[in-house]
Amino acid sequence: MSTLVIKDLHVEIEGKEILKGVNLSLNTNEVHAIMGPNGTGKSTLASAIMGHPKYEVTSGSITLDGEDVLAMEVDERAKAGLFLAMQYPSEISGVTNADFMRSAINAKRGEGNEISLMKFIRELDEKMDYLEMPEEMGQRYLNEGFSGGEKKRNEILQLMMLKPKFGILDEIDSGLDIDALKVVSKGINAMRGEGFGCLMITHYQRLLNYITPDHVHVMMQGRVVKSGGEELAQRLEAEGYDWVKQELGIEDEEETTGQEA
Amino acid sequence: MTVETKLTVTAEDVRSFSEAQSEPSWLTELRERALADVENLPMAKPDKTNIEKWNFTEFPSLLVESAPFASLEDLPAEVKAIVDIEGQQNIYIQRNNTPAFLQLSEDLAAQGVILTDIHTAAREHSELVQKYFMTEGVEVNQHKLTSLHAALVNGGVFVYVPKNVVVEEPIQAIFLHDNEDASLFNHVLVVAEANSSVTYVENYLSTMEEAKGQANIISEVIVNDNAKVTYGAVDVLAKGLTTYVNRRGILHRDATIDWALGLMNDSDTISENITYLKGDGSHADAKSVVVGRGEQSQNFTTEVRHWGKASNGYILTHAVMKDAARAIFNGIGKIEHGATKADAEQESRVLMLSKDARGDANPILLIEEDDVTAGHAASVGRVDPVQLYYLMSRGISKTEAERLVIHGFLAPVVNKLPIEGVKKQLTEVIERKVR
Repeated sequence: MSTLVIKDLHVEIEGKEILKGVNLSLNTNEVHAIMGPNGTGKSTLASAIMGHPKYEVTSGSITLDGEDVLAMEVDERAKAGLFLAMQYPSEISGVTNADFMRSAINAKRGEGNEISLMKFIRELDEKMDYLEMPEEMGQRYLNEGFSGGEKKRNEILQLMMLKPKFGILDEIDSGLDIDALKVVSKGINAMRGEGFGCLMITHYQRLLNYITPDHVHVMMQGRVVKSGGEELAQRLEAEGYDWVKQELGIEDEEETTGQEA
Repeated sequence: MTVETKLTVTAEDVRSFSEAQSEPSWLTELRERALADVENLPMAKPDKTNIEKWNFTEFPSLLVESAPFASLEDLPAEVKAIVDIEGQQNIYIQRNNTPAFLQLSEDLAAQGVILTDIHTAAREHSELVQKYFMTEGVEVNQHKLTSLHAALVNGGVFVYVPKNVVVEEPIQAIFLHDNEDASLFNHVLVVAEANSSVTYVENYLSTMEEAKGQANIISEVIVNDNAKVTYGAVDVLAKGLTTYVNRRGILHRDATIDWALGLMNDSDTISENITYLKGDGSHADAKSVVVGRGEQSQNFTTEVRHWGKASNGYILTHAVMKDAARAIFNGIGKIEHGATKADAEQESRVLMLSKDARGDANPILLIEEDDVTAGHAASVGRVDPVQLYYLMSRGISKTEAERLVIHGFLAPVVNKLPIEGVKKQLTEVIERKVR
């Protein structure tokens, strides 16, 4: 079993503090959902875990099985077993989806231990088929000209190909129609089990109809303010966030704490 | 501006050179007139690049004798790498100034296709060469460098495709530069008659680190009605070989040209790629990629000029600049009066890999007609840190991520090259240069 532990994490973007002491711990074989209103720092948390260059961790720690994640370069974090399905994946012209994925797999496997081309193609075909992606998407340039839904599927395809210990999904459900949402959920559910932990960030309970979380956390004003089980998500869907604020005595701030990146 | 012209070549040299090649008199005379004009013509004026100190007129030797190759098996390794020894049927190899190997399939020869060195072409196909040699395309008297070229042509190739002939396999030309005293005054003449089609791919390849001479290269591509030419090139000329290379396309009605130019010289270079869309419905796609490195200074002009109605011109230039290299990229779309429904589009992007490098993209649209469409996009910037972050977040190292982004950025030309060995070579040259 692997464990990802986030302790008292403070993060700034361009000098403005967005995360103000986040505590969270997740194990493989668990699915966690982080919910919360816009601008409360959910996506910032995801980006800080992965090491986005614009986010500065000012204090606190992130450890993966005791290893200091914050001391790692972005690629080292990936090799250690972290994966972030991004809300806005970059488009890379001239690099085919398939070549990119093979480079990523081989980077992880290391020199001398590269995946055979046949095995790679077989696995890619199989996973693309599972995600109902047309074969030609492997030969298209990475995310270039992909629709919002195609980009999200492609993120899940990468998740399935790279098989990380922890998948962090940053609003994987945004901009998806119901059919695409089902396919994406199917992919994530296929990953569930021993050796895989998941942190899903979402505004909507809708996603949780397809992927049942083991734990649900509510983020507000840069902190995790409430945690519970699946029933918490259902109550949030039915009643919104005001009751949480009342219960915990949280006052709305004058300005929002930040933009979702 | 004064550009000193100290020509080391005399009229007598030119005449005896021409006679030694048994050239037709029209060509001897053209050379003599051109040489006489060199003195009085203005120097080429590449926009925003000062070439006052560039040496275009002095060079060690007009003619370097090199040994030809008896077979493709005898080629040096660098050349072998870009030739499909078994499969390449139609190929011309020039070694410095010597036509060193020639092969044309019987089938194409029977259909009237001509592939031969420029000297033989002038002797054996005098009328054809006279019709197209610096007549429709580049003017002898455009400036000092064009007239110098006309006077001193000492190599090059002639490709002729008769009416209705479709050449399926690419024709390959390799200009091997392996003598540091050699200068290349190559003239490439490609003529595609009506309804014909041909793919021509050339390599300029220096195999030494540094050279002394110069390259003054002119290619003229005449694409007649409804014909199609794909023109690929990879230039890898050595530092010290001052280079002027002018590739010109002349398109008639419904003609098409696709340029895919990998401009990888290590020398100071002026490169022009200008296409005249003379005929209605003609179409030009001018793609070029550049890597500048070291201290070199370069100037690139890609221009498409529209006279034909409903003619389309698309320019794409992607360049990577590193070290202390400097380059100017001029993209020019010019629509003349009367070229209604013409479309001129261009995209110039420069990726800077070092703070000491300089790259300027100048998109220019000159439009003299109302009923047209035109557009341009230009950017100069660094590798996007968010792109790197994305790639690295999948476990790819920063170095490898940069490599992927750069190769991807230069892929538009690499992918267009129709000969596998040449495609691979360009990829390797890029790899070597950006490392």
